Amino acid sequence: MRDINNDINESSSTDLNIVQSDLEIENSLYSKLSSKFNDKVQLIYTKPNRIKIYVKPEHIVEVAFFLKAKLGLDHAESVCGTDYPNENVIEVIYHLNSYANEELSHIIFALSTKTDRDSSYLPSLLPVFKSVEYHERETYEMLGVYFQGHPRNERFLLPEDWADIPPLKKDFRIKGR
Amino acid sequence: MTNNYNESLESKLKETTKLGLDVVKESTEDRLMTLSVGPQHPGSGHFRFTIKVDGDYIVYCDPDPGYVHRGEEKMCEYRNYIQNIPHLERPVIHDSTNITYSYSLAVEELLGIEVPRRGQFIRAIASELNRLVYTLYWLAIYGIFLGHSTMFMWPAGDRELFIDLLAALTGARVTHAFNIPGGVRNDIPEGFKNKCLEYVNYFEKRLKAYEDIFYNNPLFRQRTENVGILLKEDAINLGVTGSVLRASGVAHDVRKVEPYDVYNEIDFKVQYMKTCDSFARAYVPFLDMRESCNIIRQLLDKMPESGEVRLKLQSNPKGRIGEAYKRVESGRGALSYYIVSDGSSKPYRVKISVGSFRNILALPHLLVGSRLGDMPSIYWALNYWPVEADR
Repeated sequence: MRDINNDINESSSTDLNIVQSDLEIENSLYSKLSSKFNDKVQLIYTKPNRIKIYVKPEHIVEVAFFLKAKLGLDHAESVCGTDYPNENVIEVIYHLNSYANEELSHIIFALSTKTDRDSSYLPSLLPVFKSVEYHERETYEMLGVYFQGHPRNERFLLPEDWADIPPLKKDFRIKGR
Repeated sequence: MTNNYNESLESKLKETTKLGLDVVKESTEDRLMTLSVGPQHPGSGHFRFTIKVDGDYIVYCDPDPGYVHRGEEKMCEYRNYIQNIPHLERPVIHDSTNITYSYSLAVEELLGIEVPRRGQFIRAIASELNRLVYTLYWLAIYGIFLGHSTMFMWPAGDRELFIDLLAALTGARVTHAFNIPGGVRNDIPEGFKNKCLEYVNYFEKRLKAYEDIFYNNPLFRQRTENVGILLKEDAINLGVTGSVLRASGVAHDVRKVEPYDVYNEIDFKVQYMKTCDSFARAYVPFLDMRESCNIIRQLLDKMPESGEVRLKLQSNPKGRIGEAYKRVESGRGALSYYIVSDGSSKPYRVKISVGSFRNILALPHLLVGSRLGDMPSIYWALNYWPVEADR
């Protein structure tokens, strides 16, 4: 048996406290992106600890590669699809965060893209972020967005005999409601 | 020895072919056996994963969650911001204060309100007590599935202390519905502070006993040490969270990296280990419990003596058009809500991102290549709660 006490690590209480006041990091992230991609990326908003960028589907893989390799956003916390029937689009948002880079670990970087509601195809970000594997699979079955390049666009959480439209689309109604 | 064996085997094969008999060689596929673990199996929870074993070694693993999928996200779109609270805590009733915490934070951002200071402290106290309740429940299950029944009885018994405290505070034993947008439902009862201190002091002594009987038990050590290694870079790539991440040497705790409410006033340390094995994943929650006791004591000390605990909202409040993403540290890691509001009194879209759902991605990674006997110690150390993952 090894001695546990040698294995325990504690981070000191002050070095991780990052107090942000004037959105410095958030804006610098966007300026790095826009200097590389010009008008391919579009800033939606910055607010404390949050930044949201819109990218067209054809550029999302290269932008994601840049975010991971150059800016150090190393994993996705969630992948969320939202159905907008009025605009006939489905928006898919990757909420990215960093574990390795402590300066960025308080930032949630929302990488958003949109696809057509009737034929929903998006390139998968699985080659960039291993962590999106189950999230994309869930988005496929809940909203019907097919991720090109994802090995398993198939059922995950729904029942095996599910034979209805993807349930998180707005035209799927809960019975009796 | 192997060479001799192979040579003799080949000469035997040659003799057989000379006799004109067909030789059937065993293929790899013939050796593999497919096993379905769960969902009825008590060792898996409401969760199934299919594994293939080659002898004693697991060579394939495919998780199949969804047995307790209730469509929480869809249900949210049909109810207003306040009505959503009781059903949102169902995915993880043992940690119900934390799962409604980030929901309340997100709704508060959409409503543009701020919680009174005393309310923020009571929230944090309830959240830490609930973290203890959850971690003790998890520890009890981990103990029993490694065959240590004392470790089932002790945490299950000590958990009652904190359930009593939470029942006195909120009026319910497990499903509290205590956090609401604007604060907490009610003020702390009389004598709560002393009772809470008394229980926390007692519990810290018990933690020492846990360490002696469980974590220093040679049998437990043998079953968990150097089992299921999740390297730091793999943990980061897979995006695991909570104790699984901190056991792989990443000091990431939402309470520290992005402090919410009053956590930036509390002096505490992020507990992490660098050994990356099942033992570290089992020991980090234990260290977190010790830190929680420390946090509760500071919160009780710094809490304002009097003041409002909740902001009175108009009935059926309407959110501002926009979106909010808020996260808290739950018993199983970062727990975040992404809420889109279209200006009505019901959310347009609610996305719940939970630690359990993110941590099962590590299950195939850890199980493939390990032995069948190590499966319980790997699976339960992932701090996985099937109901929460399915939502």
